[in-house]
Amino acid sequence: MRSKGVSYSKYGYIFCLPFILAFLVFSLYPTVYTAAIGFTDMKGVIPKSIHILDNPFQNFKDLIFDNPSFKTSLSNTFLLWIWNFIPQIVLALLLTAWFTNRRLKIRGQGAFKILLYMPNIITASSIAVLFSSLFAYPMGPINSLFEMMGWQPFDFLQDKTTTRGIVAFIQFWMWYGNTMIVLIAGVMGISPDLFESAQIDGANGTQTFFRITLPNLRTIMLFTLITSMIGGLQMFDIPQLITRNGGGPDNATLTTSVFIYQQAFRGSYMYNRAAAASMIMFVIAAVLSAIVFYLMRDRYAAKLKKQEKKIKKAARAAARGA
Amino acid sequence: MANIKTSSNVSRGFNKTVIYVVCIVLALLSIMPFLIMFVNATRSTPEIQSGLSLIPSVHLSTNWDVLVGKTFSPFKGLLNSFIVSAGATLCAIYFSSLTAYGLMAYNWKMRQPFFTFIMCVMMIPAQASSIGFYQFMYKLHWTNSFLPLILPAIAAPAVVFFMRQYLLATLSMEIVEAARIDGSGEYATFNRIILPMMMPALATQAIFIFVSTWNNLFLPLILLTDKSKYTLPIMVSLLRGDAYRTEFGSIYLGLSLTVLPLFVIYFLLSRYIIAGVALGGVKE
Repeated sequence: MRSKGVSYSKYGYIFCLPFILAFLVFSLYPTVYTAAIGFTDMKGVIPKSIHILDNPFQNFKDLIFDNPSFKTSLSNTFLLWIWNFIPQIVLALLLTAWFTNRRLKIRGQGAFKILLYMPNIITASSIAVLFSSLFAYPMGPINSLFEMMGWQPFDFLQDKTTTRGIVAFIQFWMWYGNTMIVLIAGVMGISPDLFESAQIDGANGTQTFFRITLPNLRTIMLFTLITSMIGGLQMFDIPQLITRNGGGPDNATLTTSVFIYQQAFRGSYMYNRAAAASMIMFVIAAVLSAIVFYLMRDRYAAKLKKQEKKIKKAARAAARGA
Repeated sequence: MANIKTSSNVSRGFNKTVIYVVCIVLALLSIMPFLIMFVNATRSTPEIQSGLSLIPSVHLSTNWDVLVGKTFSPFKGLLNSFIVSAGATLCAIYFSSLTAYGLMAYNWKMRQPFFTFIMCVMMIPAQASSIGFYQFMYKLHWTNSFLPLILPAIAAPAVVFFMRQYLLATLSMEIVEAARIDGSGEYATFNRIILPMMMPALATQAIFIFVSTWNNLFLPLILLTDKSKYTLPIMVSLLRGDAYRTEFGSIYLGLSLTVLPLFVIYFLLSRYIIAGVALGGVKE
């Protein structure tokens, strides 16, 4: 079709080849390998011959039905996630409403955004150790404050509820700035005409927020929800490092990732059990990703089609030119 | 009428005060833990245990001596973290741009399925394959090497997705055609013309990839067992060890050293970072 009969399409394959190779070697193969280990008796530091179990699903069965730690880790992961997500989305929405309200004209927004987002960029492990030092017992900065108020010092990191509360708070504190910026960007994307007509119709700030802003943010909020869930599933650094033993008092902050790490790399070297747990986590993440995928496809489908048409048109024009 | 207007103005003024107070409290909440950390890095352990203070003291060098006298070696950690982060960042932005360009500029048969596939695997967490990854690297004798922390960055689906979005808006095939007419090879066209064109997107993504690799704990923790290979987040986990059980001053100093480089980067680049977050909307 083209003037010199040159086909460029092979370059598409060539340029994507490094990605494909790296993906196959470092991502797909380890995932399949992990799944395979989940069906075997691989454990211990010393390598020995590995066999597939008589009942291949034994590891999965044991985890789901007979392993209280794993069940605890699943419920902890969910609990810690929900304790951080609800305040996070509420505060982010409130700040979004304030910052995008045209009548209020809040000044210093740039500076506030920079400061509120800041914790997100700092190493999570440093933050975990920092907070455990701040909450040190009997004398750390927080307990010094308690003393100044005339209260008894409290050993926060020996109590299940306060330890969970601290971990959830850190997650909330690290992520609400991020969520706020994403939501503000979402509001900026809403057609200004909508706000203008609301204003003309005499809607006040609260009405505008609930009737215009919130419904238009639905997709972005769902997206935030699901990415946050997948992020929550991976919660590792903070629960692992907030207490000395990793996992908190009485496994209060034992998340799924901490469970996998401890099973495979600390003490027992139960690679098979850890691999089975990884696969269960993989399935949960895959289901959540599927939802995101459909959301994104919706959002970008129109744009995609447009671009494709343009390229086809250019190709046709080129062909005609020849 | 005038009355109503004044009262609404007054209530708006009151509301605004509340909003500013809340925002300032939140801003302080962001800063205070780090401020206490930096101040306590200069105080001795007895001083720290005797109460809270925001006035720096004079024990910085003592804390430093205790810190480096034990298991923590900050410069080694900085250097290792830098090698891993810079390597991963370069791999991720270069190969992701190349892949995105391959997806956008050429009409090949598997193009659409490949892109769908990239979107499918974008969100899969690294932990899910960590056991197999570790066993595989162990067999290759690549544990205690930086390669397994750098090379996987060549396949970064989320970055490809972002780069593709950027190319959707900026790539014009006319430029590519013009380069072809001038006799430029396809690979040279990408390196000399497309890559410089993508600089703004590259820079934004580079910051995020660098920081997230820098902060990563899970994979380095399972792969690196040799102390001289430790990255900063693993160094931080050493501060949890028995060696520093009562050395609060040195713990705060160690933490400050890990946080300081990020503070500098953040306050230099915060504008671009905030803009990048708003643009991407994709959490890592």
